[in-house]
Parts: sequence; structure tokens; C-alpha cells
Amino acid sequence: MGEGHHHHGSQAHGEDHDHHHSDVPSDPALRVKALESLLVEKGLVDPASLDYLIDLYETRIGPRNGARVVARAWTDPAYKARLLAKGGLAIKELGYEGRQGEDIVVVENTPAVHNLVVCTLCSCYPWPVLGLPPVWYKSAPYRSRAVIDPRGVLREFGVELGGEVELRVWDSTSEVRYMVLPQRPPGTEGLGEESLADLVTRDSMIGVGLALAPKVTA
Amino acid sequence: MATVVDLDALPAIPRDAEGPVFREPWEAQAFALTVKLHEACLFTWSEWAAALSQEIARAQAEGDPDLGATYYRHWLAALERLVTAKRVVDAAALGQRKQAWIQAYERTPHGQPVQLAIDAHRR
Repeated sequence: MGEGHHHHGSQAHGEDHDHHHSDVPSDPALRVKALESLLVEKGLVDPASLDYLIDLYETRIGPRNGARVVARAWTDPAYKARLLAKGGLAIKELGYEGRQGEDIVVVENTPAVHNLVVCTLCSCYPWPVLGLPPVWYKSAPYRSRAVIDPRGVLREFGVELGGEVELRVWDSTSEVRYMVLPQRPPGTEGLGEESLADLVTRDSMIGVGLALAPKVTA
Repeated sequence: MATVVDLDALPAIPRDAEGPVFREPWEAQAFALTVKLHEACLFTWSEWAAALSQEIARAQAEGDPDLGATYYRHWLAALERLVTAKRVVDAAALGQRKQAWIQAYERTPHGQPVQLAIDAHRR
């Protein structure tokens, strides 16, 4: 990723001091420090539990969770039925659970129906299965265009839908988050769950992509 | 919105990777504080979502193109607004504490751990 950490443009103080003291962090960093130190003093948060949570989201909760759910659904029809009936519960079977008491509804892509997920108001997202949302999901253009011009959005992501395919757009809320169950790619009949999970991309579970085609082994 | 939809307005998409979850440490801290305060039952997740979408709408109204890069700024503003509205902390205390941290950084030689002074801390 080309995104670096920038500190310019948000200096907390105007004068250009000599640099013997520590660099003063950016304004938002200072505000977070202020808030965190007050909350810790009040005993409302424990710094170690904050670090643990951050590590969880940075390294362990991400789209690989969702990919395992999808691969299970592709290989186990009974699981798939439970997943489509009660998404949150079926996801919990694999050990992934939300912290906000939200429900996760799983919507299935078929040759006739393609599903696309958005949160028009903010960026509600199925954290337990996909981790935290990518930048574009949080952007105003995606949030508005997914509703106004969903086929155009899909095209931009490289997905060309036939005119006969019905496109359903799901607007997430704080109570209900959506995840797409992509179609199982052709040519994957012999693959096990692990190899199938490798074909499931984050974008395919948001609905802006398709599951990958299997690599042809020579 | 009545504006013409700019079809080229979507930012470059990190299609090749899952992308960074947080771009700077403070984003991660603001996120984690919010989750922890919710777990401590200081607000419901619906209240949080309402506060965040309000903050995003406000920023857009003030001219933020809202391309996702400023997301955690909105997040932080929403969190400050919610905790002060809920009287978990007061706005003046937040402002004073921020000044205390600035002084602490300016006072601390480079490379040493930055700590709040007792007096600044108590004020």
C-alpha cells in the first residue's frame, strides 16, 4: 500500500521550535490521547484491553473469516441453509461473533441475482467476518453511487452484469449488516474447503467482485 | 443530493490487497475506545451509528469530499461529541488535557517517554 503516515498540516502549535523536545503529535492524535487518558483515570477503559482489541482487528479479524464461512457454505449444503436462514448464528458456529449485538444477514448470489452491500449513512459493515471496511467503502462516492448507479459501480470494479441479472442493493444499519455469499466458481469441484477459501475475496463478499477462478495447475 | 453524479469520483481502489486497517495509531485508539465504551454500556451501538452519520453529514456539508481518508476524523469527532453529551467527560476537561499533552511533549527530550506532569494533570 502506498499510504504513508503524514504529520504535516496538522501541527498542534504554530511556532517552529528547535527539535530537542519530542515531536508534538497531530491534533487528532492529541485529542485521542486526551480522551484516552481521562477515560483510563476514570477506570472506564483499561489500556491493555485497548491494545488487545487493536491487535485483534489489525491481525486476526478480517476477510479470511468470511472466506471460511463461504467455503463451508459451498461444501456443506446444510450449513449453507443455516447460513442463509440465520446468518449470525451460522457464522458463530465457526467461532466468529459480533461485539455490537448486530445481526448478520447473508444474501446469496445466483446466476439470476447479484447482491451488493453498502452503508449509505456511515459505514456499518460485518466486522466479525470481514474485519474493518476498506477506505472506498467509507467514501461518499461509493455510499451514494452504490444506490444511484450500482451497475456503474460494479463495472468500475470490473464486474459486468448481464442485463437479465437482477441487482439487489442492501443498505446496512447498526442492527443489520449484510454479507454476500458469492457464487462458487466453475472448475472447483475437486477443491477442499481450504483451497476454496483462498478464492473468496473481500470484494466478493461485499458484492463488488466475484470469487476468483481457480489457478490452473499444469 | 441534487448534484450531478461524478462517475470518476471513486478513489483509487486497493484491489490487490486487503489494505491497512488503520493508517495511523490514533485511528486504532479512537476505534478501540469506542468499542470499549460501548461494551461498558455507556451508549448503544445505534446511538453510536447515529452520532457517526451525523458527524459525516456535518463534514460533508462543510465541504469535506469525504473520500474515506477523513473517516476516523469524523469517528473521533463523533466520539467526543457522544461522550460529552453523555457526560462521561466534559468538553473543557478534554481541551485542558490536550494542552497538558502538548506541554508534556514540548518539555520531554526527544527519545524519552512522554508523561503528563502532575500539576498539569490535576488542573
